[in-house]
This record gives sequence, structure tokens and C-alpha cells, in this order.
Amino acid sequence: MAKVKFNILESTCVPLPFENVDTDQIIPARFLSATSREGFGDNLFRDWRYHITGEKNNKFVLNNLKYKGQILVAGKNFGSGSSREHAVWAIFDYGFRAVVSSFFADIFMNNALNNGLLPIVISEQLLAKLQGLIQNNPETKIKIDLEKQTLTIDSTGDYVRFDINPYKKECLLKGLDDIDFLLSMKDLITSYETNKSLY
Amino acid sequence: MKAKTLFDKIWNGHVVKSIEDGPDVLYIDRHYIHEVTSPQAFNGLKERKIKVFRPGNTIATADHNIPTRDQHLQIRDELSRNQVEKLNENCKEHGIELFGLNHPKNGIVHVIGPELGYTLPGMTIVCGDSHTSTHGAFGTIAFGIGTSEVEMVLATQSILQPKPKKMRITVNGSLQNGVTSKDIVMHIISEISVGGATGYFVEFNGSTIRSLSMEARMTICNMSIEMGARGGLIAPDETTFNYLRKLPAIPGISDLEASVNKWKNLVSDPDSSFDHELEFNGELMKPMITYGTNPGMGMAVDSSIPMSDNKNSKASSSFLKSLDYMGLKPGMKLLGHPIDYVFIGSCTNGRIEDFRAFAKIIKGRQKAKNVTALIVPGSKKVEEQMVTEGLIEIYKDAGFEVRQPGCSSCLAMNEDKIPQGKYAVSTSNRNFEGRQGPGARTLLASPLTAAAAAITGTITDPREFISEDSNTNK
Repeated sequence: MAKVKFNILESTCVPLPFENVDTDQIIPARFLSATSREGFGDNLFRDWRYHITGEKNNKFVLNNLKYKGQILVAGKNFGSGSSREHAVWAIFDYGFRAVVSSFFADIFMNNALNNGLLPIVISEQLLAKLQGLIQNNPETKIKIDLEKQTLTIDSTGDYVRFDINPYKKECLLKGLDDIDFLLSMKDLITSYETNKSLY
Repeated sequence: MKAKTLFDKIWNGHVVKSIEDGPDVLYIDRHYIHEVTSPQAFNGLKERKIKVFRPGNTIATADHNIPTRDQHLQIRDELSRNQVEKLNENCKEHGIELFGLNHPKNGIVHVIGPELGYTLPGMTIVCGDSHTSTHGAFGTIAFGIGTSEVEMVLATQSILQPKPKKMRITVNGSLQNGVTSKDIVMHIISEISVGGATGYFVEFNGSTIRSLSMEARMTICNMSIEMGARGGLIAPDETTFNYLRKLPAIPGISDLEASVNKWKNLVSDPDSSFDHELEFNGELMKPMITYGTNPGMGMAVDSSIPMSDNKNSKASSSFLKSLDYMGLKPGMKLLGHPIDYVFIGSCTNGRIEDFRAFAKIIKGRQKAKNVTALIVPGSKKVEEQMVTEGLIEIYKDAGFEVRQPGCSSCLAMNEDKIPQGKYAVSTSNRNFEGRQGPGARTLLASPLTAAAAAITGTITDPREFISEDSNTNK
């Protein structure tokens, strides 16, 4: 099954400068009862977007009309905690296509890459600068070029190369699917099972 | 031959193929599934028109969203009921063994796996749940995965994984009375932070770790994910083998002693090297409690909340936001602070030893009137043992109701929610905002610290209840 392709993305950004944002904040457990992958965007950051009374929290960035775009610029250690892939589905369903941070939790990183959401790691210094630029000017755009592995801040020309596993890069560029790839290796897997000797 | 770590031995033995510049194709021996993170994976198989490749290697349970009262009745919440029914259907269709709701062996996935003998040394184990790291206590490579990866394992019994770096955490020395394995792991996380082991697989070793029971080791490996680690593991030893020898049956193993002889090789070679090493002194550790909204925001129960999260500079906005959510202030002492709820249970501290430890303190005493307690065994088997050992009576006499097994208030997917603004001393693993219910304020602690709080109604040092001669080094 082909997946969403990713190549070049140029967009304004939504800043979320908190550290250690865990997947319970991204999508609280009480919204995990669905059996499909769709519709989680409505509850993205639910308890930050809405007060407990159900009213919108106008202080939260997603409710601030000044900020919009397909790139979420997050704080350090984004996506820690639960392995719920629903967190990535919620971010993607809401309309984001990339998340920028100085540091991602491991499982979140894998889940993102498996769903066509690009996690980009940049230095803490550049992240702080980017957060500042976006807050001062919500029209600040960044350009992500996956082929070249570059992130460019349009207004300042700041330019950085980011790392990505070459296999994963190929999958994203071509919309390839890990499961198709693994299914093509079934003979190898079966022969591993036959020859496996444990300790 | 090059010296290898335990992690290398297991990982390398499971690589089906290494992809150049890419992840490894890793074979998975044991796959656990539950109702919340599996339905979309089964949908994926249906869309591809394929069956589960090795149904015998997958074990299923319903635990995350099930009620902990009246389990024999229909689940009231429609979405949760639907998820549990979907799991039943999927397991039936694909021939997967299911310990579902009302099965006599039902329980939390990370509690039943080991107690039913499905978790064995040297295995690779995955589950769509981050606390899969628990099984590392048996000397396995066990880690949490997302639903796309659950689908990979169902389809091919393999997964694509980049090999993590290796860290060793050594803890030496005898623990003081009243200090438990929960305190060890909370101490480590408070020192290295919630991202301190991100990118690493951690091997725990040292005399303190070696002295721990299997249940206590599981608590440590369980929370290795809370320091960001991909997983944690402990080399198997006589404690491990004796635990396995006492199990009524081990599926797939006919000659346990022959297997034990092989498993004895599952140690890091003396000269093997790690990418990072840390050492801690177990003698200096104290009962711990958290004060913030991540497991790294923890301290000894008798100390004060730090003024800042940055040494020599002012507190970050994240730190202040966290304390504000908790209704606490920098510099405050927590001892004597009133609490509203106590929760004992979860895959972290929902095993028989945890309920024994809790019972030790509440025996002959009464629950504080201002405290609502949620006492939730990790499995039917734990529940049964509580009856056999007379623990149920101790709990009842002290004013505590014992619930039926499940994940319960640890993530509050069912009705077991802590109300907004209320303080809960919880033996679970996460104190994230809203984790135990919208607006809930969680203070993570050991079963002993939770028991002390349940009796006094305030945050209390459990050492006040523990006599010098009792052995509580669980």
C-alpha cells in the first residue's frame, strides 16, 4: 500500500515551546477508544485547547488565529511517554506534516516516520531562535526539503541540514510502505525461523 | 571473539537481515496485544487481504479500558465495549490465544505475560504499549511499539528497528528499610531526567539489583521507558530461574533445566563495552515522591521541592507551569500535605509483592476518612493470591475495597478517574497532566509510601511505619 509522499514543504508554523510534551497531552487516553485511524485531530491537545467546562481556552496556541500552518515547532523531548500512535494520527489529522524539535522520544519518532509525519531535529539554539521569530512574526515561513535534507528559515536565510535514516528517507520520498517491504522478505524470515538456534 | 553485551547477544541473534544504512529486520519471539492499540493493525491486514503470519507467537488480553467493578456485566461505555468486542473477533478470526475480560487468567498484559510463563530469557518481545519494557526483567529485549509496527509483527513476525545505543546503570549497596525498587528507579529518573536515556537500551546491574525479586526487577524495567530508554533489561540469574521453576507451566518448554543451562550464557561479557555508564549508591536512596507532571520531577519524600529546574538560574516556564498545575510551589515541603486519593495497581506496582507491601502498613490500622482508595490487582491470579494469603481480609478490615483487575486509574480510560484538582498518591508510572483524569494531580510513589498516605491522609514518610527489623526490600 502506498503511503503519503513527502518531498518539499513550505509553510508558516505553530509554536509550542514547552519541554517534555508527552503523548497524553497530545491525545488524552480517554479519546483512544476508536477502532479506526481517522478523526483524532479533533481531540489533538484536547485538555490544553479546551477548559474542563468544554469552553475554548483562548490562551492556547491552536486557538490563536494568528498562528497556522503545517509545521509544529515544539520544545525539547517531544512525544515522550505512551507509545500510542494515535498521537501521530492526531497531529497528522489536524493538518500538520512536520514537527520540529531539538529532541524527540524514540517511539514517537518511529511512529511519525511510519505515518508520513516528518520529525526534524535541529539544535537547541536554532530552535530557540525559530520560536522567537515565529512569536514575533507569525507569518515566518520555513522550507523543508527532504531530498536535500535541509530546513531553511525564509526571512533570515538560516539554513540547516537535518539527519534522517536513508531507508526512511527513501520510504517517505517514494511513499513506500514498511509492511510491503517486510512481506517481500517472508522467505528470508521463514528460513531464519528454521535455522534459529537460541543460545 | 569480541566481548558482547547481553543486549548485543540477544539483538544479533534475532537479526533476519541488516539493511544497509537502514534499520535491522528483527525477528520477534513474543508479541502481546491488547484492545486499544491493535484494532487498526487488524484493519490493515484486512485491507491487504492477509492473515496473521504466526498466530501462535501472539498473546492477547483486554486490560486498558475495562471496568474494575461488575466485570460480568456488559461494559457500559459503548466505544470501550466495541474495542473489547473487536479484540475478541480479531483473535477468533486469526486463531490468537486470548485471555480476555472474564477469562480466569485475565489481567494487565505486562503482569500476565510473565506469570503465565510466556516471557522467557533471551526473547525479543514487543507490544503496542510503552511499558513492554517490563519484560526486560527476565533478560529479554522488550520494547513498546506503535500500531503500524503491531501490524508489521502480525503480518511478518518481524519489525524494522534501528539498533539503539547501549547504557549500563549499576546500583550497588543495601537499601534502607522502607526503600523499594520503585524508589530506586524514581531516584534514577529524577537524577537523569525523562530524556536521560533516550536512544539507549539500558542494562541494570549491581549488587542492589541482584538482591531484588523478579517482581521488584519488573518495576525497574517497567519504568525504564520513563527515563526515555527504548527498554531496560537485567541478566537472568538464579532469582529468575527460581521464579520460572515455580510456575505451574511454561508453554513451549519441555525441559526447563536444559533451557536454564542455555540461559546462563545471557550475561554481558566482562570486557564488553557500553556507549554510556552510570553508577548509583543504593544505600543513599530514600523513599521517593514526585511533585510535578513528569516522572523526572521527583524527590525524596522528606525533602523540599526545588526552586528551579536549572542549576544556578531561574526556573523554566515548563517547570512553573507544571507546579502551577499541581497547585504546589517551589521550595515547599510535601510531608503533611493533604491528599484525596490513593491508587495501588498498574503494570508498575500491581503484583502480589506490591499488595503485600501495602498490607504490611495498613494491617491493623484504618484508612483515613478523607482518602478514597483504588486497590486494583494486576491480574486475576494476583487477585486470587490476595484471597489465598488473607490479604483481602486485611484490606477489608482497614476499610479498603479491592477492585477487579485492569489498568484502571493508571491511564483512566475507564471510569476510575481522579477528579479535577484532587491529589492522588499513585503507584503507577506517569504523573502527566490529566493522566489519571482531566485536572487530576498525581504524586507517584511506592506501595509503601502510598499505604502510609492512605492511613494518615497526608503525604507521609513510610519509614515512620516500618520497624527496624522488618525486611521490606522488595
